[in-house]
This record gives sequence, structure tokens and C-alpha cells, in this order.
Amino acid sequence: MNKAYIVLEDGTVFRGRSIGATGQTDGEVVFNTSMTGYQEMLTDPSYAGQLLTLTYPMIGNYGMDERVEESARIQPTGLIVREAAPYASHPRAKMTLAEFLEAKGVVAIDGVDTRALTRRIRTHGVMLGTITTNEEPEAAHGRLKNVPRYDDVNWVQTVTTPSRYDWEQPPAEPRYRIALLDTGVKRNIMRSLALRGCEVVVFPASTSADALLELNPDGVVLSPGPGDPVLLDAMVAETQKLIGRLPMLGICLGHQVAARALGAGTFKLPFGHRGGNHPVKNLDTGQVTITAQNHGYAVDGDHLSSGAYVNRVSVNDQTVEGIAMKTEPLLTIQYHSEASPGPLDNTGIFDQFVEMISTMRGGQA
Amino acid sequence: MTKVENVLIIGSGPIVIGQAAEFDYAGTQACKAIREEGIRSILVNSNPATIMTDLDVADAVYIEPLTVPVIERIIQKERPDGLLPTLGGQTGLNLAVELSEAGILEKYGVELLGTSLEAIQRAEDRELFRDMLEKIGEPLLQSEICHTVAECAAAAEEIGLPVVVRPAYTLGGSGGGMAFTMAELLEVAESGLAYSPIHQVLVEKNLIGWKEVEYEVMRDGAGNCITICNMENIDPMGVHTGDSIVVAPSQTLSDKDYQMLRSASLRIIDELKIEGGCNVQLALAPRKDVRDWDGDPDEPLPYHVIEVNPRVSRSSALASKATGYPIARVAAKIAAGKTLDEIPNAVTKRTTAAFEPALDYCVVKIPRWPFDKFHLGDRRLGTQMKATGEVMAIDRTFESAFLKAVRSLEIGGRSLLWQRPEWRDLEQLPLHGHDERLWAVMAALRRGNDCMELCRETGIDPWFMDRLEGIVRMERRLLAEPLSADLLFEAKRMGMSDEMVGQLADRLPEQVRELRHEWDIHPVYKMVDTCAAEFDALTPYFYSTYEVENEAPPKGGEAAVVVGSGPIRIGQGIEFDYASVHAAWALEASGWRSIMINSNPETVSTDFDTSERLYFEPLDDESVRDIIENEAGTDGVMPPTIAQFGGQTAINLADPLRRAGLPIIGSSADVIGTAEDRELFERFLQGLGVPQPPGAAIRSLEDALKTAQTIGYPVLVRPSFVLGGRAMEIVQNATEMVNFLAQATEAAEGRPILIDKYLEGREVEVDAISDGETVIIPGIMEHIERAGVHSGDSMAVYPPRHLDAEERDTVRDYTERIVRGLGAIGLTNIQFVVQPRKDGEGPQVFILEVNPRASRTVPFISKVTGVPMVKLAVQAMMGHRLRDYGYESGIWPEPQLVAVKAPVFSMSKLVDVDTHLGPEMKSTGEVMGVDRTFEAALHKALVASNLALPPGGGVLLSISDLTKAEAIPLVHILAKAGYTLYATEGTTQMVEGLGYPVTTITKVLSGGHPNVVDVIRDGTVACVINTPEGRITGSLRDGFHIRRAAAEKRIPCFTSMDTARAAVEAMAYGSDHDVATLREYLDG
Repeated sequence: MNKAYIVLEDGTVFRGRSIGATGQTDGEVVFNTSMTGYQEMLTDPSYAGQLLTLTYPMIGNYGMDERVEESARIQPTGLIVREAAPYASHPRAKMTLAEFLEAKGVVAIDGVDTRALTRRIRTHGVMLGTITTNEEPEAAHGRLKNVPRYDDVNWVQTVTTPSRYDWEQPPAEPRYRIALLDTGVKRNIMRSLALRGCEVVVFPASTSADALLELNPDGVVLSPGPGDPVLLDAMVAETQKLIGRLPMLGICLGHQVAARALGAGTFKLPFGHRGGNHPVKNLDTGQVTITAQNHGYAVDGDHLSSGAYVNRVSVNDQTVEGIAMKTEPLLTIQYHSEASPGPLDNTGIFDQFVEMISTMRGGQA
Repeated sequence: MTKVENVLIIGSGPIVIGQAAEFDYAGTQACKAIREEGIRSILVNSNPATIMTDLDVADAVYIEPLTVPVIERIIQKERPDGLLPTLGGQTGLNLAVELSEAGILEKYGVELLGTSLEAIQRAEDRELFRDMLEKIGEPLLQSEICHTVAECAAAAEEIGLPVVVRPAYTLGGSGGGMAFTMAELLEVAESGLAYSPIHQVLVEKNLIGWKEVEYEVMRDGAGNCITICNMENIDPMGVHTGDSIVVAPSQTLSDKDYQMLRSASLRIIDELKIEGGCNVQLALAPRKDVRDWDGDPDEPLPYHVIEVNPRVSRSSALASKATGYPIARVAAKIAAGKTLDEIPNAVTKRTTAAFEPALDYCVVKIPRWPFDKFHLGDRRLGTQMKATGEVMAIDRTFESAFLKAVRSLEIGGRSLLWQRPEWRDLEQLPLHGHDERLWAVMAALRRGNDCMELCRETGIDPWFMDRLEGIVRMERRLLAEPLSADLLFEAKRMGMSDEMVGQLADRLPEQVRELRHEWDIHPVYKMVDTCAAEFDALTPYFYSTYEVENEAPPKGGEAAVVVGSGPIRIGQGIEFDYASVHAAWALEASGWRSIMINSNPETVSTDFDTSERLYFEPLDDESVRDIIENEAGTDGVMPPTIAQFGGQTAINLADPLRRAGLPIIGSSADVIGTAEDRELFERFLQGLGVPQPPGAAIRSLEDALKTAQTIGYPVLVRPSFVLGGRAMEIVQNATEMVNFLAQATEAAEGRPILIDKYLEGREVEVDAISDGETVIIPGIMEHIERAGVHSGDSMAVYPPRHLDAEERDTVRDYTERIVRGLGAIGLTNIQFVVQPRKDGEGPQVFILEVNPRASRTVPFISKVTGVPMVKLAVQAMMGHRLRDYGYESGIWPEPQLVAVKAPVFSMSKLVDVDTHLGPEMKSTGEVMGVDRTFEAALHKALVASNLALPPGGGVLLSISDLTKAEAIPLVHILAKAGYTLYATEGTTQMVEGLGYPVTTITKVLSGGHPNVVDVIRDGTVACVINTPEGRITGSLRDGFHIRRAAAEKRIPCFTSMDTARAAVEAMAYGSDHDVATLREYLDG
């Protein structure tokens, strides 16, 4: 039972217990309020560069099952929980959380008053922090001064695919071909598209519009991903070329990239939206749905070009949750229609996207 | 929809098992929510012990029987344009359906608000429900509707054993059950078909051992659907969810499982077009190594939808308290036409109701069963709910929430370490389907039984079993290791009480507390804020935990702690929650901060806006002291405690608080001690010159026999300091004394037993309010049953009918002398017996009992006199003089009304419990009938409590020799009114002697058919009058079968000649009731 600390940039120290690999790990400390889905979150590339705090206190209850993983590796730099379940129980559980973290070499801490930590972040905003199993807190705090600012790092570069590939589970009879720009995609986006008859070709984030169009796709998906969209000028420029030419679906970071391509700005939220309980209102229908969210930046809808408009907003804080265009086939959402983890209430977004393609194609498959 | 202006809300009536305080909470919230929308609210409920029937909760309050004719009259008078049916439990829902089917809603243009009638029927009707599931593609549980035993057998053959047999149209599954073999099936099928009034049963695939999961969901008129909370039952399928230990949120469901069941629940409410709250119960496949099932565990786990309740329910009250999301309030707003995103989140004030609560803690609910009172009851748990109430505890881990919940149960000294001495082998342990199973499972773990084996035996998921084993590991450490600061901290963080730690580590609880202080181990308090700290919360409530940050710093200013009454149990019902709530309000009204402590999730007192600060905590010494210390702040000034309103729970804390040097306002611990200590009390009364029946406190059988001999039989025997007349009996002779004393000794838990001369007279009761000088008596109640029936089970009349002016004045005089003599501050309840006067004698008034605290009659008397009793009591406690508010000593003037309070029992649900009235309390709730005359009020009370005689038909008489003489006038009335008389052997002679035709029905069950049970079951008789022979009854007596059969058939069964007389006399009055609001009755 080795002790560990989490030390925040502002000097706050929480003591806990090391539950994964030993060592030190740094990142922007964020919290997610979902009560289930820890393995999905641990493999979500949008957490690159972040220390993930889970507000639900007992984590690991139903064990680990690699089939729910959303990418091929652990994405957050570390995990902070109140209690890692010593025993896992589920028909599909393979190992405990601690065994998993250790096997994957992830530094993590439990025994932390995560509610106090969450309140600190809610009040003072997200900040850098470090989990350390082998230093005194003062040393760790000193070390934090040399850690690069989260906002200055192009995290997309660290998670995007190095080369183009085809999603491994294509539909038996593909109706459409989708080009997906991978800025940190989750597998369930590709599964959701495949389920609707789409074969998905995944491209590195740096792919040019021309290279992508060479595939002659029926639609393009801008994926979620980590980091500040301000750092993605090149991608924004390429996206501009694609809007209007192909039906486009932007999810999370993809939505922010599309919004920037349409003239909007983005800004950093004080502590982000991360959880499975975020209400979003569709301004066209008045309908409210519960969404899974995971983003630290938001779109400022004020400067959208004339053809585009905000069609979805957060019921909690009125921030932009979706953009549409009056005449062009574009659909963007700040939240995660692919869920995993989170509520399945928004999978219809994929249907709408496929519908959009179908319409564009004159209703022909 | 057009905007409604007047809305009728139907309450749920008296508290019965399955329908408890949660509906007062729901109805009160609904009334508030409706009025905020500028809509006039009209409330009807027969239960006076509710906050919702307070004069100022709704715009018009009717305390009237919940029947179709009565509600039609109210509709006629008030002309509401809307009816809110989904907040009054099954009672409210059924009434709304009946009103609609009778064409009454249409006739008066009343629109059903919220969930439509069609949706209700599609959810409630088994056939329509199946069709609905099929339509939306939800997995159907294989089942067959059957009408004969042969059909049942064929169905079971096809479905495969085991199966569940569910009789149609019986409450909570009476007569049904599970069948594991064909022989069992034939038996259950026969019983189920017999119980069903339409001889129809559903034979259903048995999912016993599957996980039971519930989702609380909401939908608004615009089709927005959300989940408030999901809950996982630790007890698998097979135990009624009301009898299950429940945890929120689910612990063993993966995100995929969670979302799959959530989506299914939302699809169902969307298909049903629910507008408001709804509860969906599902069964999910367990681990195959616990209970095997057909299918591949690598596919999505199979599940079934078990049941949908299209209304606010017990589960929704629990979900509200578990999450902070006020379901009833939001449901009422939705019914008024709002959409979820238009309704503000009342806890954060800045977000809206359109979101799903995120929990950052674990909630455990444990039911509270009445078997500490009903020793002979069948303790097995199954498809029929038996719990009277429940407790909830919150903490950051399962173990700590669970351990706190066990502490909250308040079952006399029963910590988690308790074991029944006769539990020797594993085979003797009641491991599942039993109210003692959690102790049995712990005992099995302590003996080193294999976890997985226990899981297979009990159906409990290994995750929970591992946590329980973790508690056992900690127990072992505390037994073996020296108690260090680290170990103590770990034990406290796990949720162990000081008492439990002390018991294991060989310390007194107080020593453990001192060690905690020495080592700086204190609980901190965290918020229930609906959002896992994501947003700032303005009206949160708190739970204790051993963590770093405290979110409940002391606020300073004048404040007092109100100790609530804990779980609803027989003898300590909703009346005490009523008083606690009013105490909090009274403090606020005088500018004090109210700090409420309670453990009961069903109540108004644990609503987030009832008090200034709410702590959801066990009501024990340790928790209450920790909270007071937390509230003390830096200046060290401890807020005083009010222990007068939370029933015996709170009163029992007075002494430990005093010993800890903590201030109590209101009657002191000494006053309480004087009233409860037989010898002190006797000396006290002698000093005042106030008579009481002769008697003594004894500790041995020898003394008991000697005392009884001296004062003469019959005598009343009861333990001191025990609730609700537990283990109290009228003993007629020495043999009975020998038989009964052992039971009383056990209940007394080392305290003395009281033996008093039993005086058979009129029982009279008062509640007095005093500041030490002025003694206000809001009203005198006279019981209909003579002394000997527990006051909680008696019908009571206000104002008294048989006391003359002199007797009333004697009651007043004694009351004032006692209250002043004791120095009681606040409320005092006094029970008297008034014996008939002989010529020239003065009033014969004796004191039976004095309780220096709020009694269960406080809400009733407050309502019928209009005196704000709790408010005045609190003002007196705060040191104000009642005179300054314009009050004087004496009996409050009587308004132009008569009110009758009648008890309500839940006997149909408690198999093997004898129903006869006696000194031990058995009722779970009460109703009130109010009108201008006694007869009308009495009839209303009888109708509301289901004791009114049916207008004709058969009556079964089985009268003891002792009461035959009294029965004669009743037989005359019944015969002349055209009832067909049936009687048991001895009683037949009496009826024939009076010259009336009578059919003899044998009470010997083996003596041929039809016997007494047959004529009750087949509906030949619609009412029973059965006075038992001796009071020390065993279940073998013939009368027991008569009473049980009547209870199960739910027909009136009178075991006291006084109640029977009242019912027979009221019959003449007829059932054409006038209705008026409480305000109208009070104003004359």
C-alpha cells in the first residue's frame, strides 16, 4: 500500500494511495461526473494530456473488459479516484481496475477526497497537476513549474492516426463511403456509422482536402479529440474547402473545427463539460435530450458566417452545442452522439447524417 | 392545453404497508408546486396526520373519506377544471380511474392532468402492458393467463419450472407465490385462483435470482425524457422491492448495461406518453456462476421489464432523497403544462429540471419490518411487501452507507454484530427471503463460509458479498490488533459506529469517542447537490463521512436541532414527522435556524426545503453529538436540541445528550425520567394528590405475582420505556402472568416492568402545551374503546361525548397540576381513565400515563381545534411566554364540529399476525371523519377506515362469554336491519335465545364445511364480530383463524364490542355525506 499524492498547480495537496504504476505523471486536472463507463473514458483520446478525476467514488466495480475500449491505449495521463474497487464483479469482468492500470503502466491514485478536488477545480478552473508516488509534495510542486501548459500543446498530433486505414468492421453491404479525419476518434463513432451502412476510411488529421476528396467519399466526419482548436489552423483551412462539397458531421473537436471554418471563435470553459448528464436543447424542435459531453473549449457563436446558425445550446449554461447551415449539408454537435460512455439518446444524429448523404445523392443508395 | 385554474389533488389516505409517508411528501410538494403556478389547489385526503392536510398547504383542504361519492360532492362544490391523480399512490390513481369510468370527470368537465388514463391503463393492465412491450420490441417475459388448475399446469409445463403464480386483482400478490415443483404449482395455483375475485392467475417464468434494477424516469408533455436515478436491489428477484435492501446508483452494472436499461425505460415512458414521473422495474441476468441462465454472456445481457408504475411511488420518494431531485414537485409542474427545461432545479437554482442527477456518493436503503412487535408473524419475505417503513443512509462507499443504514434501523440494540443465539449451523441461518437475512449473511461470513457459495445460496451479487466480507475483515482486525489511530480511522471511514468499534476493540463507546477526539478523527459533512459538485448548490443537504473537506461550516446565530423520528414503524408513525416539520417551521418563524436530523427518506422532514439545514444521518447518540459539535463553531456554543417531537427515538436521546453536557430545550431529561420511572412518578402524583390505578414496578415473577395478588386481577402488565405498548397485556390470572412475563421481560431489556390495576372505564386523552406557567389544553379526546385497547388503536372522538362538566374540569385540573408540577415545557400527553360515578361521588378520574412529548394525536387535535400546537410548544421552548401570544390556561373553546379518529391496520399483509385489539398497538395509520354531528363524523371515519358495515348481507358472530351480555342489543339491531346472521356454536344459542334465525357455522376447521373460514372466503359473510376469549392468545385458538380470514378478505372484523357497537349504530346514519373544507368546519 504505497502512498501517493496529487499536487495541484496552486499548491493544493491531496494524499492517497498508489493504485497503478509507480512514478510521476502530469496533466491538466479535469473531472467527469459519469457514474459508469470508466474504461471507455480511460481509452477516450480526448483525455490526452489530462489527469482524469472521476467524481463517482467507487470505480472499477464491474471490472475491465477490453471490448468496451474506445481506442488502442490509455489516453489520460493519470487517474484520480476515491476508491478503486478491490474486487470486480460482472459476467464479463476480466481483471480489477488496479491490475489493469498496473498492466498498462498508468500512474493513478485512490483514497482521494475527489469531491474536495472537484470543488477546487469548479471554483478555480482547471489547472495543471501531478500524481506522484515517489516524491514529497513540495518537490512535485516545484517540478510542475516546468510542465508545458496544456493549452499550448497540439494534442491532436499525439493521438491522430499516423496513416490512413479502413475501419476494421465494415458493413456487409456498404451503401456509403465516409472519410473520417481522425483528431482522436472513438471506435464507437466508426461502429455507429458502419451500423448504418457506411464504410469508414480514417485519415490523419493533417490530410488535405484534396487528398481526402480523391477517395470520392459520400460524406466527411470530423472526429472528436483533445486540446485547443485554436492550434488547428491548417485543419480549419482544409475544412473550409470541404464545407458545402460533402455532407459533413462534426463531433466535439470536429464541431469546433467546423465552427472555426465558418468564422466562429472558440474559448476555454472554466472547467469544461464532462459527464453523461448534460441537457441540450434543439432550438429548431424545442426538444431537450441528455447527452454525453467531454470538452474543455466551446464555440463562440457570435461570428458565424451568414449561412450558418446555432441550432443547439446547453440548457445548463447556454453555450453552443450544435451548428447547422441553411443551405449546406452540415451537422455539428459539441456532444457525443456515439455515447460510450453515456446515454444513447442521440444516436439519431448518425441517422440524420446518413439521411443527409442520401438526400445529397438524390435519395439513391 | 388550456390553462387550468383549479386543480383537485387526491391524497393516498391512511398509512398502510406499501403506502406510507412518501405520499404526504409527494402531495405536499405537489400542492406547493401547483400554487407557485398561480393555480388554486384543492386537496382531499382522509389522513389527518399529514402535512398536506394542513390548512395552509392547499387553498382548500378536505379531510374526507376517499370514495367516489365523496369526491363527486367535492367536485360538485369546488368545480375544479383539473385533477392530478398520480401523486396519491395507488389509492389516488384507482380513484381517478373510477371517477373517470363513472363519467364524473366528463360530467363536470374535469380534465385529468399529467399522465392520461389510457397510459395508466396500458401500464397497469397486464394484457395491454404485454401488447405495449411487444409493440416497442422490449423482451417479453414468458407467461400465460390461466383460469383453472389444469391450465396452470399446462402453462408451467410449457414455460418450465420454476414459475411464479400471480393472481389477478389482488393487492400485492396475496395468494400467489413461487412454485419449484409440480406439486407446489398445483397448491399455489389452487390458492391463487381462489384468492382472485375473477379466478384468474398469471403463470410467469421465474426470474428468481436475477438482478432487480429500477429506473425512476420522467417525461414532460413535449416528449422530453430523463432518468432521475437508477437503483439496484441487493436482494435478487423474488423479494418485493419494498422489502429489498436497495442501493443507488447501481453498483454492478457496466455502462453498457446501465444505458441499455435506461434506454428501455425511456422507450417505455415515451410509448406510454407519460407526463410526469414513472417507475420502471427490470430484471437483468446475473453472473452465470451465481445463477445460470440460457444465453451467451458476451452478448448484451438479457433483461425483462417486470412492471411499470405510471405515478409517483415509494421508489420515487427514495430516488428524490437519494439524488436531491424533487420528483413529485417536477411531476406536478409537468402536469400544470411546463416542460422540463422551463422548471428550475430547486437545489442549484441556476440549472433546470432537464438534466440527470449525478451522484458522488452511495445510498443504501434498508426496510424496517414490524416483526419486533409481531413475534408470531411470518417473517419470510417474498412477493408481498411487509415493511412498514425504511431508512436511508448516504456515504462515499457502500460499506459506510450500509453500516449507517443498519444503525438507522433502531432495532433495540441490534448492531450489525447481532446474531440470534440459536444460529448454530449454516442450515439454521435465514440467508434469504427473511427480515434477519443481513445479520445471517454476516454471521455466515464471520464463520468463514465461502463467499461464492453464499452468493449462490442468496442470489446476492459477489460484489456486495465481497464488501460485506470486507466489514468482517475489519471486525477481525479490531478484535486482534491494538487500536491505533490509523486502524480507528479506517474503521470509521468504513462506517463503523463508536459502539461497534468499542464492542470489538474492548472499549466503551464513550472511550472510542474520546480516542477519536484525541487523535483528531472527526466526520466531515458533504452535500447532496444533484450534480456531483459541478455546480454551486444553494439548498443542499448533508451526510457525514470521513474525508478531508467539510462543506457544512457552522453558520452562527440562534439555532436549534430538531431530532426526527426515524423509520415509520408501528407505534411511531407519520404523526411524529408532522410534529418535527412543524417544529422546524416554528423555529424559522421566530428567526432561529432549524437543523433537522432524520434517517427516513419517505418524509416531509427530509425534504430539502423544510429546514434550514438537513442532516441525513442515523438518529443515535454518536451521530447527533457529532452534528451538534459540527454546528458549534469556533466559539464552542452548542445549539440546543429539541427532543420532544421525534417520538420515542428522540426522547431516548435526551438522557445521553444531557450526560454529554449538551443543552436540551423543552422538558428536561429529568422531567422525562420522572414521567417514565414508575416509582418516581407514583411519588410525584401522590405529592400532587392526583390518583392513579394502584400498581408497582417489578423485576421478577415473584414480585409480579405478589403485586397482582395485592391489587387484584385483572392487571395491566407492560415494560417501562417501550414504544407503542409493545409486550403489553391485560392479565386475568396467575397462570397468564406466568405465561406472559417472560415476553415482557425480554422487551423490557433490563428495565423494570410495570403492573397496574386494570380499570375498565372510559379512556380520555389530552395534549397540553405549557411554558411552565400557562397550560393550554387544546382539546380532550374520548376513546370509543374502553381502556385496555392501546390508544393508538382506539377510535377517538373530539369533543368528548360522555364527560360532564365536572369530569372535564377534573381532567383540566389534573393536567395543569401535573404539567406545572413536572415543570414540563412544550407538549405533554396525558391519558386518563374515567370510571362511572356512583351517586353523590365526585368524578372518578385516574391517570394512566404521562408522556412529556408530542404524541400521535398532535396533528389530529391541531387540525380539529385550529390551535397551532407545535408552534406554541416551540415558542415556549424558546423561552417565550404563551400569555404574550394571547393564550390562557384552560381548555380551548370547542368549534362547531365533531371529529372521529379511526385506526387503520395492514393486517392483510402480515400473515400469522393476530388482529385482535389489545394493549399492544397494531395499527399502521389513521383516518379522520369530521362533520357537524357525531353520527356523521363516525360514519365518515368508519367508511374511510374500511370498517363501515356493508348495507346488507351476512354477519358472522363469535362472541366470548365475557361479552355476550353486551352483544345482545347489537344482535337486535342487526337482525332488525335485515342482516343474515351466522354464528359459531356457543353464540348460536344466544342468538336463538333472542328469537332470531341464525345459521351455525363451525369454528372447528377440521369439523366439516362450510366452516368459519369458508364463509368468510366465499363472501357469505361481509362482516365479522369476534371477541376473543382470553387475552393471552396463541395462534392455535379458533378465533385466530376467523380474524386472519377476515383480514385477508379485507372485510370489517370487530374484536372490541365498543367498536362493533359504534359501527352498528353508525349504520343507521347512512352514507349520504356532506362535505366541507376543514376551514369551513372550524369557522362553523
